[in-house]
Amino acid sequence: MSRLLPSLRGIPRTIVLGAVLTVFAIGATFLLDPYRNFQLATVAAYFCATAGLTLLIGRSGQLSLGHAALMAAGGYGYALTANAMTDAGVTGIPRFLAGMLAAVVVSAALGWLLGLAAARLRGPYLAGVTLTLVIAVPAVASVFSGVLRGDQGVQIAYDGVPPVLERLIAVEQWQAWVAILVAGVVVTALAVFARGPVGLRMRAVRDDETAARLNGVRSGRVKVTAFTVSSVAAGAGGAVLCFATQSVSPGAYTLAFSLLLVVAVVLGGLGSIGGAALGSALIVLLPWLLAAGTAALPLPVELAQRLSGNLSILVFGVLLIGVMLVRPGGLVSLRRRRPSRSSGTATAAAPAEQPATTASPPAAAAAGARHP
Amino acid sequence: MDRLLFLFATGLARGAIFALFALSLVLIWRAARIVNFAQGAMALVATYAAFAVTGVTGSYWAGLAAGLVAGAAIGLGVERGLMRFTPHSSPLSGVIVAIGLVMVLQSLLGILFGAQYRPMRAPFDDSPIMVGGVPLLSPYDLFVLGVALAVMAVLALLFTRTSLGLQLRASAFAPEVSRVLGVRVGRMVTIGWMLSAAVAALAAMLLVPTELGLNPHATDMLFVYAFAVAVVGGLDSPVGALLGGLVVGLAMTLVTGYLGATVAPIGVLVLLVGVLLVRPGGIFSLREARSA
Amino acid sequence: MSAATRALRGALEIRDLTVGYGGAPVLHSVGFTLAPGEVVALLGANGAGKTTLLRTLAGLVTAASGALLLDGHDLGALRTEDRARRGVALVPDGQSVVAELTVDENLRLGALWRHRGAARERAIAEVYAMFEPLARRRASAGHQLSGGERQMLALGRALIAEPVLLALDEPSLGLAPLVVAQLMGTLRDAAASRGLTVLLAEQNVTSALSIADRGVVLDLGRVVADAPATILAADETLRHAYLGF
Repeated sequence: MSRLLPSLRGIPRTIVLGAVLTVFAIGATFLLDPYRNFQLATVAAYFCATAGLTLLIGRSGQLSLGHAALMAAGGYGYALTANAMTDAGVTGIPRFLAGMLAAVVVSAALGWLLGLAAARLRGPYLAGVTLTLVIAVPAVASVFSGVLRGDQGVQIAYDGVPPVLERLIAVEQWQAWVAILVAGVVVTALAVFARGPVGLRMRAVRDDETAARLNGVRSGRVKVTAFTVSSVAAGAGGAVLCFATQSVSPGAYTLAFSLLLVVAVVLGGLGSIGGAALGSALIVLLPWLLAAGTAALPLPVELAQRLSGNLSILVFGVLLIGVMLVRPGGLVSLRRRRPSRSSGTATAAAPAEQPATTASPPAAAAAGARHP
Repeated sequence: MDRLLFLFATGLARGAIFALFALSLVLIWRAARIVNFAQGAMALVATYAAFAVTGVTGSYWAGLAAGLVAGAAIGLGVERGLMRFTPHSSPLSGVIVAIGLVMVLQSLLGILFGAQYRPMRAPFDDSPIMVGGVPLLSPYDLFVLGVALAVMAVLALLFTRTSLGLQLRASAFAPEVSRVLGVRVGRMVTIGWMLSAAVAALAAMLLVPTELGLNPHATDMLFVYAFAVAVVGGLDSPVGALLGGLVVGLAMTLVTGYLGATVAPIGVLVLLVGVLLVRPGGIFSLREARSA
Repeated sequence: MSAATRALRGALEIRDLTVGYGGAPVLHSVGFTLAPGEVVALLGANGAGKTTLLRTLAGLVTAASGALLLDGHDLGALRTEDRARRGVALVPDGQSVVAELTVDENLRLGALWRHRGAARERAIAEVYAMFEPLARRRASAGHQLSGGERQMLALGRALIAEPVLLALDEPSLGLAPLVVAQLMGTLRDAAASRGLTVLLAEQNVTSALSIADRGVVLDLGRVVADAPATILAADETLRHAYLGF
């Protein structure tokens, strides 16, 4: 990315880059048919979540398997506020902004609480807790069914194209614009954040938390901040998704979807926002391609039914394993020259003058070696 | 009061299954220093194998035996074919590979067997015995308790009284030193995986007959429960797994008994977060995490 | 096996060994030999490469180039556990005692591949006879032992498998002088009675040279001296230059 706009540096460059790419993407919507624009809107919504997630996992070393729950929080926040606004007679942009604000606040709060728990937990424990969280989403919706309406979820009023543009563009394109704009703002903000001092501290905490703390980094606070920020991004994505589909329900935020977000982030490249974009596109387009492909084949109905849904998960699972084994850096690492792999046994024996210890090696000691 | 007793008794039996599954997680943790997120999916594959064998032979016991063998085989396959090649540079890579494995296994099961629920027959009566007019444990529950206790006793003996157990423990505690002493640590890790997968398969096979039926997501909640048990008991401690299993089993049965089954995941979440906030390494954890 | 037959085995040739960690060489073309039954002290300041050499010998570190030959056989292709089964016994320092296992279990662990049944019990009894304090503490867990007891256990555990080559990494570290003297004495007697070849890496030069036939001095990963122990002990310039006193 440094080959583009070489004259600018640092944060201003990030902002300009973000603005340019957003405009570019909006321009692209003119070239696409309505269904493609809908897919683009979905990709943009997912991108909000995956951008945050890739920073969380790749740069602060915290694995969250439950980010779908944070998107759901944003989605419900948006939906409930939008409905309240509609009941109060407010529509259009103020309603949208109020909804987005609510989504951000709700997901930030949930993310902050999770972050507090996460800061105290080692990797697998955090993963397990977030896993349980996303599994609990339908239960929460059903327990608070008065407000959250259980399995059927919450519907919102349809937000059509504003009168000013009504004759120019179709509704899917309009939705894509909104999604792209939100994604542009959110992701650019994330990128700026990652470049700043907090981003640097995040990497220090990821690589060796004890060493970081010895250097004065308040590792707990850094981890909580990272979690909160990525939750806000996810919440924004959930809100956009709700805007585009006019509904939010537990069925849209399953464990499978949450794992798919992780797939997107790993395939694209942990820690890389560009990778998150690639990954988001991949998790939307590949299942669609596979479905189209299997529809074209002459298969018995029962087999076709079993394949739908399962086939794309199978492919993603294989890809996930493959990438971790062969190219842990993900798609973005294909562009970089590969550093030579140091010999496994020499590095494993590294502390030369220290005796073989009986304790297991410190958990995240060499994490930095694998992540970009 | 009657209801409480009944739930208590059922909770014990359920807890025994959770304890077994958690024990399998402890075994893997000790052998390979990872939390095997694919444990549930692996156990599920073995359970499908058992189901198929029972379908063909008509015998529950043949199916059970086949399931145990299948479990060990899967443990072997996963360790030799996958985990061995996973970069260990960070603990996250093991978890991510395991997630990939879960996706592969569950989708394959869905493709091969479909999503429908297939009821599994229990070898003993599933209805509770009446003691003084109060429904308590069913014959099947007693069977489950018996099997769980027997397996735990056998494992305890294996690890503390046999040479193999000594090698397994040494390989887990101090792999480098063990190699220097001539212990084939690689082989021990593989055996640890096989043992762990077989125990997990057993737990799944004991559980599924009490649920609605066998399906590609039958072990999702079991993993979550067992994970909670491992957290409460500490991944390092087999005794912790046993006690933790009973605690979680009782707690969850009481919660679902009085508040309904849909609340279950929330109950586990509360339990997990509660325990982890107080003791980030689990209640019975042996090792202090390295800190400044 | 009698000591006479055993004396024919345990010849170690270290040939032109270069070992590095990702670009920074720690050992440069190190080479020397040990005759069967010889006791050689490996000396040098902290960081000279003694531990790296021993770990390479054990197979825990892979050499970039060069060879290790035991009785003429190249060890290079063998994994650590197979080298142990060939008779190469590394005694890392006392920290290598498995803290979670008892003294008895630690010893048993060392004997597992070598002896079975009654022979195993005999071998364990022999070690207890050699190290009386260990016999008194056989049911104690590793982490409950004192420094001296741990070193004894590490040594006993290595001897129990009847190796041909014994490599020790600073056994005197952290031990009181009296304990060191006892340990060295036991080591010398055990080596002599079993015809062991011994490579003893030490910072405690006097005690090492007191039981050694020869001394090899490492400085910054290179061999700077290779001479009989008595000569090295008397050579003041050498001692000042490389051994710090």
